[in-house]
Amino acid sequence: MKHLLGIEGLSVAEITKILDLADTFAEINTRPIKKVPTLRGKTVINLFLEASTRTRTSFEIAAKRLSADAVNISGSTSSTTKGETLLDTAKNLQAMAPDVIVLRHSSSGAPHFIAKHVDAAVINAGDGTHEHPTQALLDAATIRKHKGKVAGLTVAIVGDIAHSRVARSDILALTKLGAHVRVAGPRTMLPVGIEEMGATVFERVEPAVEGADVVMMLRIQLERLGGAGLFPNTREYSRYFGLGPRLAATLKPDAIVMHPGPINRGVELDPAVADGARSVILDQVAYGVAVRMALLYLCGGGASSAAAEA
Amino acid sequence: MPAALLLKGGRVIDPAGEIDKVTDVLIEDGVVKAVEAGARVDGARVIDCAGKVVTPGFIDLHVHLREPGHEYKEDIASGARAAAAGGFTTVCCMPNTNPPNDNRSVTDLIVRRAREAAIVRVLPIGAISKGLKGESLAEMGEMKDAGIIAVSDDGMPVMNADLMRRALEYARTFGLCVVQHAEDKQLAQGGVMNEGPAATRAGLRGQPPAAESVMVARDLELVEWTGARYHVAHISTAASVRAVREAKRRGLRVTAEVTPHHLTLTDVACCSYDTATKCAPPLRSEADKQALREALADGTIDCIATDHAPHQAQEKDVEFDQAAFGMLGLETALGLGLKLVDDKVLTLATLIRRLTVGAAQVFELPGGTLRAGAAADVTIFDPAAVYKVDPATFRSKSRNSPFRGWELRGRVTHTIVAGQLVFDYGSEEVARG
Repeated sequence: MKHLLGIEGLSVAEITKILDLADTFAEINTRPIKKVPTLRGKTVINLFLEASTRTRTSFEIAAKRLSADAVNISGSTSSTTKGETLLDTAKNLQAMAPDVIVLRHSSSGAPHFIAKHVDAAVINAGDGTHEHPTQALLDAATIRKHKGKVAGLTVAIVGDIAHSRVARSDILALTKLGAHVRVAGPRTMLPVGIEEMGATVFERVEPAVEGADVVMMLRIQLERLGGAGLFPNTREYSRYFGLGPRLAATLKPDAIVMHPGPINRGVELDPAVADGARSVILDQVAYGVAVRMALLYLCGGGASSAAAEA
Repeated sequence: MPAALLLKGGRVIDPAGEIDKVTDVLIEDGVVKAVEAGARVDGARVIDCAGKVVTPGFIDLHVHLREPGHEYKEDIASGARAAAAGGFTTVCCMPNTNPPNDNRSVTDLIVRRAREAAIVRVLPIGAISKGLKGESLAEMGEMKDAGIIAVSDDGMPVMNADLMRRALEYARTFGLCVVQHAEDKQLAQGGVMNEGPAATRAGLRGQPPAAESVMVARDLELVEWTGARYHVAHISTAASVRAVREAKRRGLRVTAEVTPHHLTLTDVACCSYDTATKCAPPLRSEADKQALREALADGTIDCIATDHAPHQAQEKDVEFDQAAFGMLGLETALGLGLKLVDDKVLTLATLIRRLTVGAAQVFELPGGTLRAGAAADVTIFDPAAVYKVDPATFRSKSRNSPFRGWELRGRVTHTIVAGQLVFDYGSEEVARG
């Protein structure tokens, strides 16, 4: 695998291979000495031009556990604040010969753009409202661990689908793996033609979560309250589209609850549910490291150098 | 005066003069002397047009020549060379320059630069509002005296309905047509492509088709109230077409133009994040494209206009969100037009009509015909020549074309303005070595 730009370009076999590899790497994360020499001598640049704590930390830990040298650049410390273009930033980083560039950017398509201009492998760590493929893969890995499979499951994704890169990548990944994906939210948050990506559309949350094996609650971005707004206020949102104890009680007994984080407690997710028995939210975070180790290994040339040594 | 020209043995298509036959065209003293087989005059330079199509010079009602202010993208001289290479003998340049063409001194400058440096006719369009700000009327009367042929705030839609009403009334007083870039800025709110399944998949912010048709519908009410002349620039949606068709049926003085790219591409092209596909209005859905094609064929849309919008690499080699809107048009228009003929959307004669007299009539310009006595603005092209689009060969200063690498048919071989040969593909190629 050269780049990981999105789930869209991946085959079922590739996704399965990544998930299997992630399960292998997950074991390393339970050892007392959590480090293997797989990517020794490789350089990974985490270029995070949009705020992120969880994903950046996860990539950094993943790189370090594989013995790669990880360099972190965030929006506030990069030259982009001095007016440098993304193209110039990418060319300058390329001149320092990294093996992998992990990019988080607020513009959709930014990783696809720099992938055309650098030799390094590019991993998309979230681009605008387009894709967040590593999140979808860690979601799939988490579901697979808890349910033993993905095919045939019903997954409900609730919230601002229109502005969610997680929703898009999850829809693509989970439908490829054979799940039935439902999306739900007020009409203002449902993008035109989302059903063409393979999701079944619900406006109300109750029928969407009925009988679901997995309920994925998305973070409500409070900045969407600006202008005409997508919803009147958080109180009304929480009442009609949030997951509280009363709605949670209607879920299938073995349904699991997920959230890509960070949570707005009491808005889309009641604290009692977020911390309750159904919640697998911290398992998602744990799997994030293993999935990113798998991707750094595949994109960073770990597979080819391992073959060369063997 | 240039030497007389005899265009011999071409297929002459002049929709305005209802001519479509193999014949000769004789040009003398800058005007068409005769269109008849065997026409001759001593000392005339003969251009062998066998196998070629001879038509009135193409007229483009909508180009951005970027002078004054943005000469690094294009200037009047380079834009005119691009026009000539594309077969256009008249281009109308939009006022969104720096400073904008919103008063007589800027109009004077453009007219003078055109006279000094342009190898085709360059007709300026003046601003509707001062500074293109949409707040108060520009000096349309003085600009008209200085040479503008219409008014538009192109690129900056006139959001204020009262200002639009006054602009229609005031422009009418001076016999000027008001050209609207129809886009409700609040509905469009930062959209970088068409809203629809393609934008959803690409995760790019979409502008709904209604952002255009809402504005067209509002304007048509005002046109009916004021009795003014109104022209929809780069019409792009099925709903706008429906509104214009209905308004024409009611007898309103309404016209519309469409670009070659809206007739050819759809919003799916934006999913590659190729910033050359980013334009305003955005590339629309397949259904919109089909509606535009039908409307161009049935005359609801009067003409093809390119919206030639040059931008340099630094404005396009960026994230899709940040890229400038617009693409080049002059040097690919004929090839894309002939694709419509190949796709059985238009007859060749209708295509020529939409590139010539159809455009001339919108602003009541004199050209667009080869009738005896008309100014000798003529385009000659080889309909059989097939070539690959290579922006590196464009005469424009810019390279922002999404048609890079496309195979197109139909090459302009000669362009004649007022009896003077201003573009000759053969000798230019020889000169390039």
